[in-house]
Amino acid sequence: MDSEAIAAVIKAKFPKAIVDSSIFRSELTLVVEKGYITEVAKFLKEDKELNFNFLSDLCGVDRIETDGVFEVVYHLYSIDKNHRVRLKVPVPSHEPYIPTVVNIWKTANWHERETYDMFGIIFEGHPDLRKILTSEDFEGYPLRKDYPVDKRQPPTLYDTYRRSKE
Amino acid sequence: MEERWVRVGIESRLGDNVLTTTLETMINWARKSSLWPMPFGLACCALEMMAVVAPRYDLARFGAEVFRFSPRQSDLMIVAGTLTYKMASVARKIYDQMPEPKWVIAMGACAISGGIYNTYSVVQGIDQIMPVDVYLPGCPPRPEALIQAIMEIQKKIEKGSFEKKA
Repeated sequence: MDSEAIAAVIKAKFPKAIVDSSIFRSELTLVVEKGYITEVAKFLKEDKELNFNFLSDLCGVDRIETDGVFEVVYHLYSIDKNHRVRLKVPVPSHEPYIPTVVNIWKTANWHERETYDMFGIIFEGHPDLRKILTSEDFEGYPLRKDYPVDKRQPPTLYDTYRRSKE
Repeated sequence: MEERWVRVGIESRLGDNVLTTTLETMINWARKSSLWPMPFGLACCALEMMAVVAPRYDLARFGAEVFRFSPRQSDLMIVAGTLTYKMASVARKIYDQMPEPKWVIAMGACAISGGIYNTYSVVQGIDQIMPVDVYLPGCPPRPEALIQAIMEIQKKIEKGSFEKKA
């Protein structure tokens, strides 16, 4: 299916959930209302024609300065049909909560943990929402725009080695 | 009695003679002529480091082709690439495991100063956790540059005292 057809199917199924859609160089992007994301995701995966069986990426974007939101971005691909779609879900920055999609695509588990670690977005219903990249004593969310670029938080172990040098 | 062997190399010039030298010169000569590097490849610099031991650049010409993946058999640590805080304790532990005398090359912009990665996760120069003998600039440095860095280390060994490392 081409991008126009995919957009038409999804819009017909969820007239309220799709806030905005655009096609740039034949890549389809849909902006989805936060409350509908599980429903939309389930449909995209289970529909026979769409068959988006592969979540190729899930990440976060800090748009607080421009729009006052975080965005969670899903890149979906259908291995069988060879077509793609990008979903963007705005999440208000003062309450960064969004339902998890782990029960739809298992690979979302670590992607959501990373997004949580980098942006502090809480994925509700995630089976094991722990940090995945930063060290355990790391405080704050380093990919947020308000995290100071020159702020350093060396792990405790690093400090012991530094001291042993002196 | 008839000579049954062919004299090649230095003995053909010197014949059956005795050479005198200092113990220090002798030991330093031995050390600089058979450096055993510990490759600590962390990023793209590591590929240039690999090229140095391959036939085109042929580090064997300088007696330093025996890359050891055990720190206990090495005397030259080549830190090639971006050192993160999470990796820093590992780097220092490997440095500590190397027997004396030992030398360190900081290869590439990242190892020298963090390079372009002025971020929360990157150590701003490996000299924060271990003493560095030669800083090798470049992003990444060409294999010839690494050969020069090794030759600088050789010069340093030649000048040093074998009892205590300079």
